[in-house]
Amino acid sequence: MGHASHPVETEAPESNFPLMRTVAMIPMLALLIFFGAEVARNLHYPVLSTVIFLPIFGAIAIILMKRGHEALVRWSALLVSITTFLLSLPLYTNFNKGTAAMQFVERSSWIRTWSIEYFIGVDGISVLFVLLSALLTILCVTVSWTSITERTKEFYAALLLLEGLMIGVFCSLDLFLFYMFWEAMLIPMYLLIGIWGGPNRIYAAIKFFLFTLVGSVLMLVGIIVLYLHTDRSFDMLRMMSSHYPYDLQIILFWAFFAAFAVKVPMFPVHTWLPDAHTEAPTAGSVILAGILIKMGAYGFLRFSMPMLPEASKALAPAMMVLSVIGIIYGAVICLGQTDLKRLIAYSSVSHMGFVTLGIFALNTQGVQGGILQMINHGIVTGGLFLLIGIVYERTHTRRIADYGGAASVFPVYSALFMVFTLAAIGLPGTNGFIGEFLILLGGFTASKTLGVLAATGVIIGAAYMLWLYQNIFFVNTNPALLGHGYRDVGMREMLTLLPLVVLVFWIGVYPNTFLSFMDVSVQGLLERVNSAGQANVAAQIIEVVK
Amino acid sequence: MNIPYPDLTPVIPEIIMATVASLLLLAELVASNKRALGYIGIVVAAIAIYLLPACKGEAFGGMFINDTFSVYFKTICLISLILTILISLKYIQVEHADFGEYYSLLLFSTTGMMLMASARDFIIVFLGIELMSLSLYILCGIKKHDPRSTEAAMKYFLLGAFSSALLLYGISMVYGLTTSTDIYRIADYLRQTPPTLPLMLSMTLIIVAFSFKISAVPFHMWAPDVYEGAPTSITAFMSTAPKAAAFAVLGRIFFTAFQAFEPYWTTILIVISILTMAVGTVMAIVQTNIKRMLAYSSIAHAGYILIAIAVGGNEAMNAMKVYLLIYTFMNLGAFGIVILLDKGENISDYNGLSKSHPYAAALMLVFMFSLAGIPPTAGFIGKFYIFMAAINAGYTWLVAIAVIFSAISAYFYLRIIMNMYMKPLGETVGITPSLGLAAALFISAVMIFVIGLAPSVVLF
Repeated sequence: MGHASHPVETEAPESNFPLMRTVAMIPMLALLIFFGAEVARNLHYPVLSTVIFLPIFGAIAIILMKRGHEALVRWSALLVSITTFLLSLPLYTNFNKGTAAMQFVERSSWIRTWSIEYFIGVDGISVLFVLLSALLTILCVTVSWTSITERTKEFYAALLLLEGLMIGVFCSLDLFLFYMFWEAMLIPMYLLIGIWGGPNRIYAAIKFFLFTLVGSVLMLVGIIVLYLHTDRSFDMLRMMSSHYPYDLQIILFWAFFAAFAVKVPMFPVHTWLPDAHTEAPTAGSVILAGILIKMGAYGFLRFSMPMLPEASKALAPAMMVLSVIGIIYGAVICLGQTDLKRLIAYSSVSHMGFVTLGIFALNTQGVQGGILQMINHGIVTGGLFLLIGIVYERTHTRRIADYGGAASVFPVYSALFMVFTLAAIGLPGTNGFIGEFLILLGGFTASKTLGVLAATGVIIGAAYMLWLYQNIFFVNTNPALLGHGYRDVGMREMLTLLPLVVLVFWIGVYPNTFLSFMDVSVQGLLERVNSAGQANVAAQIIEVVK
Repeated sequence: MNIPYPDLTPVIPEIIMATVASLLLLAELVASNKRALGYIGIVVAAIAIYLLPACKGEAFGGMFINDTFSVYFKTICLISLILTILISLKYIQVEHADFGEYYSLLLFSTTGMMLMASARDFIIVFLGIELMSLSLYILCGIKKHDPRSTEAAMKYFLLGAFSSALLLYGISMVYGLTTSTDIYRIADYLRQTPPTLPLMLSMTLIIVAFSFKISAVPFHMWAPDVYEGAPTSITAFMSTAPKAAAFAVLGRIFFTAFQAFEPYWTTILIVISILTMAVGTVMAIVQTNIKRMLAYSSIAHAGYILIAIAVGGNEAMNAMKVYLLIYTFMNLGAFGIVILLDKGENISDYNGLSKSHPYAAALMLVFMFSLAGIPPTAGFIGKFYIFMAAINAGYTWLVAIAVIFSAISAYFYLRIIMNMYMKPLGETVGITPSLGLAAALFISAVMIFVIGLAPSVVLF
């Protein structure tokens, strides 16, 4: 079917890359976003519920459409995802950066018998992920525009459903609600990988599902234990201010670790990720890399650290060591990859190692760097997967050896790839630099040895990314690439990548826009964790005095 | 001597059921349309559900009790009966098993279960079990010309008779030692006696007998063979209602009669529960026949429910009730899809089903995810409740084992989904839709989401 998409002979050569049209679209898009934000901020509606349930209801509407109306399905999916994004913009414009408290809170009783509430809200740690999820979903819709030809409506329904559930995970302040979203998310993701994925998709989908499920159910045990120790309440804010016995905290930490480490994925339990990333369709890979695996690290920040501060503090060194192993292991494995997607997948293991290293450094730079790097990784790896998807749609191969000299075939494409490659390496001026710099700063503060070891990951990272770039775009031109008249990036694809390119440089040059969101929340979190031990000592002293 | 006329109010639903069952037997002789008998069965079951809460009380000198506990279980059995009749209406015609006795026996069997749920005396327990089982033996073999069906009936009968004998043996020993068959009198007696060997033996015999009924390991061997051979509608029924009734009896016996021996039977039941989960889960993975797979899956589910009995307490009992209700909907739904397909016994028959029959595949997807316990389906709520009760009772380690098996069990449910959605379409499998079947599937799927998203409707 790829060969069927040869360009029409009569197409004028200059329309091969519609630069002018793309450029003309930019102000229009900027205006759309600006006015959308203006309208949205002046409307009064429950922002979070809207961005959670609009995509879910959109998915239901799409699944109910008549079979065969492909165009209608695509445009409605695009409409729903763009509307969701625009409606999520008040989270950016109306967010109060001066408080660590939860904002945009909605709370109502849900299952009274178990005192479960529908309780959602965001703070500086989660707000950016909501925005990123909403943004990436739009890009996933547009990048799948022509590549998904089978079961279109199921595909877009699954994608939108996934969006709603992911945002739900980031907003939940009730542990039960969180778990519902967390596990329900597996269903659409499983279907995305298993139905629209590559040749080995079934294996990858089952592996993904089972790995994540085993981790999740262990967390469920932890959640129930926590619930019973909090006077039968799933209220996360209450758990964050409660104090649990130290031994219990350690056990619970490992229970939560089971779920989060698999999701991140951390070193010993990362093996599902290369398969899932490689086999998933482009949109699936982007969501996986961009949002889904962030949930593991987010879980550490949202649950493990504030709820189990002493255990987090005690086990932080172990977590840091695992992170550094992940960084180096992932990077070294990358050097030997022959599959384009698999290489990026392993680089995710390495990059997520940086994230968890920063988080468990337990200092401001580390944690802020960790959160920012999650966003960065979502942008950069998301962008790389989009790019791979774009070229795969044309060449239908992911083998690095099948490329070579692609720069002469896809000049614009290669430039875009360069941007994301350099961002992945962490070149100053791109977002990757800011994130990795902050993390290494935090890492060095926490442990010099681990800092040094982690820094080698950066070097290996540059090695494999540049090697990859060289092998695909330069060296000898692979004859297989010539003669098909492959089109360079089209306008739709250009517009898909554009927001990410903007973000790469925006965060690279002026990270404060985004760091300012999390400042206060991170401070609050670290105070809670770092004062934990002292509270314990104080309690012991009181015991002795008594 | 003036014997007062007994107050039969608590037994009214059972009386109605038994009467109508007998009438159906007669009506079968004259009815030309056997379906009408099925509709009558549905109406009667609905009336019984409606009457149950209003008929609380004791009868026959306390041998029979209709309390909140039994009302819940009887409702589960009756719901299962209604759904079973709905999925049977067309199916038994297709399978040439549309004898009028079919519906009559279903009603008799359900009456037996209702007696079990209400029994406060071992004699009533035995009466109920026999009424239930004898009807089921016949129903298993109702496809007279199918040797597999006959074989299933024979196996079920032999092992069922064996387990009845064990139960009777246990009951008679208890009677000999305590001079009573009344559960409360036994309980009083046992509180004042040390656990002697004969008492423990009789208790163990009763456990074994019920392990047969709920197909708990190591007394589960009959289940896969019988489930495979029996008509699918009867398999669906057998895997839900009789289990609910047996669990009702287990709950009542162990929390009243043998309460004094709690430490002993708790240990036994925990061991059985772990074995049941393990064998059910592991064996289900290797099955190629979906009825056998669902049989092992129902064994595994019995393991989860046994946790509730083993840990005890009010919360666990409630969890057990809710679980059985949810299980009834999802299991009957799954069997409903098996019935819907003309050739749906092999797991490979489901290849590409989502292409040929997208709605059937979507429904099966819901039932499979629910059986696997993935939110937002009801299956998750059921598991969550049982696990919560067990952790609250201090059995965190047991729950840790259970959740691992639960995660492994997801594999074989996912396999069906994988075949339906991810494998290419092989031979197109025909379907035999009917209004009754569609109604049953619709009710099950809706209830799975309703309970999954708003469990308050079933929590009491």
